[in-house]
Parts: sequence; structure tokens; C-alpha cells
Amino acid sequence: MKQLCVISGKGGTGKTSITAAFASLEKNAVLADCDVDAADLHLILKPYVKKTTGFHGLKIADIDKNKCIDCKKCYESCKFDAIDEEINLIRESCEGCGVCEYVCPVDAISMVDRDSGFAYISDTRFGPMAHAMLKTAEEASGKLVTVVRNNAKELAEEKKKDLIIIDGPPGIGCPVIASITGVDLVLIVTEPTLSAIHDLERILDVSKHFDIPAIVCINKYDVNVDNANKIENYCENNNIDVVGKLPYDTIVTDAMIHEQSVIEFSDGDLADGIIKMWDKIKEKLIV
Amino acid sequence: MIISIASGKGGTGKTTVSTNLALSIGKAQFIDCDVEEPNANIFIKAKIKEREDVSVNIPKIDENKCDYCGKCSKFCAYNALAVVPSKILVFPELCHSCGGCGIVCPKDAVSWNKRVIGRIEYGPAKDINFYHGLLNVGEMQAVPVIKSLKKKVNKNMNVIVDVPPGTSCPVIESISGSDYCILVTEPTPFGLHDLKLAVEVVRHLYIPFGVIINREGIGDNRVEFYCKRENIPILLKIPERKKIANLYSKGIALVNESHEWHEMFGLVFNRIKEEVKT
Repeated sequence: MKQLCVISGKGGTGKTSITAAFASLEKNAVLADCDVDAADLHLILKPYVKKTTGFHGLKIADIDKNKCIDCKKCYESCKFDAIDEEINLIRESCEGCGVCEYVCPVDAISMVDRDSGFAYISDTRFGPMAHAMLKTAEEASGKLVTVVRNNAKELAEEKKKDLIIIDGPPGIGCPVIASITGVDLVLIVTEPTLSAIHDLERILDVSKHFDIPAIVCINKYDVNVDNANKIENYCENNNIDVVGKLPYDTIVTDAMIHEQSVIEFSDGDLADGIIKMWDKIKEKLIV
Repeated sequence: MIISIASGKGGTGKTTVSTNLALSIGKAQFIDCDVEEPNANIFIKAKIKEREDVSVNIPKIDENKCDYCGKCSKFCAYNALAVVPSKILVFPELCHSCGGCGIVCPKDAVSWNKRVIGRIEYGPAKDINFYHGLLNVGEMQAVPVIKSLKKKVNKNMNVIVDVPPGTSCPVIESISGSDYCILVTEPTPFGLHDLKLAVEVVRHLYIPFGVIINREGIGDNRVEFYCKRENIPILLKIPERKKIANLYSKGIALVNESHEWHEMFGLVFNRIKEEVKT
């Protein structure tokens, strides 16, 4: 089984629209939305949810004020400033380490499960899908990403699919690392802006750090052709294949509004470019 | 006054809004909290003068004192310690530096090593005091770098905070303490969906907020309808223009190109000032 993860460093470069297009081209894949913070792939794929499981990330402290003797040991020991001087818990800051529970001399604090979100197993018109929802202001998105990826693997085995296409999150931190660990290939979607180029260099370093082969797609290359050329040169000098150069097209937004992938919605240059890019990616995944 | 600029969805124009707002105010402190992919300085162009490492405490086990009882590894909520026969393994990337292993160790075998996970940098650009943070490649935890950055906030100044995308821990850490939050979105289904998530976050934190719609002209009207229904003020609409996209691609701020934009961002700032006062 092969795994491809679509990432970008910078947000908003077109990861999800491209992933949705791949989904409509590939009949033999499981789809996984690992951008659990702000998941959007379901807006195009319209999954029919078959199974929902609760996700408990880290635990959270529960303070029993009736037992509390105001010794302030928990306040002094918490490294996350999650308990204030009046011994109130600041939920958003608690990382669930359990130090407060341990130091409390009167057992006024217990660590309890925290309902952090849901993981879903679904069917879509393009095949099975694993996705999730992280509740507002919750921690542990990396852990939820791992749940989604395990669900996708189980789905692939069960449905005898040999490819998982992962829609990854922006950035380079915990959720990104959880999304790319152990995949066979990452596709980095970039655009010809100085910001995106800066972010491309950082995300390429991350893929190198974890020893994962990377290929690049320059989206909206015609917004600034000079910068697009710079990206191509940079990639050539670093032995990274640019597998696609896609034009800017408002069709992407129109397709989104119609809840369709670009491939379903139109057959213009952009769709052609994506089809050719997908053929190249598949070749790379087979080798 | 502290104004943070957030979005939920990435790439909607947070950095465009935050940098133009800061440049239109003139005298301000700018804090780029997107430590995973910081881009604001491409537009602010501050000359970096000072650098400070951000480090976290990682346990160091004194093997002479340790009797491999396993209490530390059992306590660790992050699986950052593992005890194998006559050896303790520490996985620094997983450690949250809670200090728990040191507290539970009966043999006092735990001391602390500093581990650098990123840095923060400072530099001036005219009257803007610019700060940003950089998480090192391969590191998981952005929050300690953001915390170090937020310590630089000078409450006596106008402070503009550029927030990373998403809705989880790094976002909360960046936004908290703000007097006002601007949510930047685009008029597309993805933009609307993620705007709703961002609205939940700011409401959860009880921070007053308004919306800026970027790339107006693409997509549909549903973002506007949503804002009307929810009584959320729309502070500004930035139209979809090739010229604007091109300036952005070259790292040029709008307010440096046209006086009109300078004025418009100035109006946004004044409006926020009024709203925060009341």
C-alpha cells in the first residue's frame, strides 16, 4: 500500500482542491483529510458518514473546590500557567500532564477525559474516506491526525485499496509531522509568491529531515511568471521534480461552490494540467 | 491596544491585512506568531538586530541514581520516557516540559537539559518594532516559541499580532490577551466553513471581532449573509485584482503603493479603536 500526502507549508495554495481532483481521477484510493483543525475536503467529497468515534486527546484537570485547601501547590507546579492564583482552571492552557493531580495534598484534582472531537469513517462517490473534526480550542491535533491515518489504513486493507491520498495541514509543526511520517511521497503545492517560496524552502527541509521524497506543483504559476521560474530553478538545483504547473483559474472557486472537483466541473487547461500531473505522480508511486 | 489577525483557513490574507494595518498606523509593535511559516517580514522588511534562542527543559536521567522503577515513564502523559531493562530512553521531541518526571522520581535522578527548539528575532522598520519567531525544522511544538514572542508584547503600544492558520493550540496561544481580533476570510465555501470555526474560537475567548473579506468578487455572497445574520461587522472588503495579487507575490505592501489603501486601513484601525473603547 502506498501513501501520498499533499502539503504546502503556506496555507491556501490549493492543497484541498488538488486533492479532491486526484480523488475524482483515482478509483482505487482511500481519501484521508488530515487537516483536522480546519477540514475542508468534505465540502467537495460530501461523505456519507458510516461510523463516528469520539476522540479524547489529552486529559484535563478537574478541580473540586470543596476539597481544595488553597495551598497553591498546583498553581506553583503547573508549567503551562493553566491554573490561576485563585485555583481556577484555564481549560485552553491545560496540556493534561497530571502534575497538579500528583502534587495536590488533598486529592482535590483528578485528570478526566476531554472530549476533543470526532473521527469519521465514510463513503464518498470516489471511494472510502477517513476524516475528523477537532473541537474548538482543543489540543492534540497531531494525535487526531494519527487516528485518521490509522482509520485510512484499516479502510484500505478492508476495501483492498492500494493507495491512500492524504490532504495535509499547513505549517511545519506537530500536525504536519504526524501527517507525513511514514508516507511514500509528499506533493508540495506552492504558488509563485515570495511568501510561498519562503515556506516551500522550509517544508522541503522538513521532508528532507524525515527522509521523505518530495515533488512540487506550482499552482497559479501565471500570477508571477518570474517567481514561477525561480521556483523551477530552485527545484532543479535541489533535484526536486516539478510535476505540474497549473494556471490561475476562477473555475476552482466555481467548482467549489458547486461542490464538485475541478475535474468533474470542467475540462479546460487546468483540468488537463491536473490529469497530466496525476499520471506523473502515479508513475512515481509505482516505482 | 492589541489587535490580532486570524483566519482558520490558511492563505486568506492574514499577513496582507496585518502588515498593511501596521504600516498604516506607522508607530506600532508587530508580532508574527506564525512561527511555523513566518512571512510578515517579507512585507515589513525589518532589519533583524537581535536574536534569542527559545529552549525547553528536557529531562536528563542520572544513571547512577536511577533504579529503573519506571515511575517517570508511567507518569509521562506524552510517552516521552521509556524504561527498558537498565536503561531509560528520553524522546525529546515528544516532551512537553511539564516537569512531572522530576516530581515523581523517588531517587532524585532527574535534572534538566536545555533544548533549543527555535528562536525569536527582533528588528526595527521605521517606527515599527518587529518581532517574529521561527520554529526549527523537525520540531513539533510551536507553542513555546509563541509564548516567548508574546512576552515581548508592550501593552502601552498598538500591537499587531499575525496569527497562524487553524483553530488549535498555537492559534489560542497567539490570540489570547487581544483586545480585538480581525478574522480574514474569502467569499468561498472553504473560506466560509473555516470562518465559522474561527468565530467559535474568538467567541470562546470572549474577544470582540470583525471580519475582512479578501478577494471580493470571486465565489458567492454566503460569507456576507452569514456575517449579517450573526451581527458580525465587516470591516473591509479587498477586491480580487490581478494587481493586488501581483504586488503580494513580490512582497510589496498595498499601503506603500497607493494612498487610497493607506487611508482604508487607517479607517479600519480607527473603527476598531472606537469599538474597543465602548
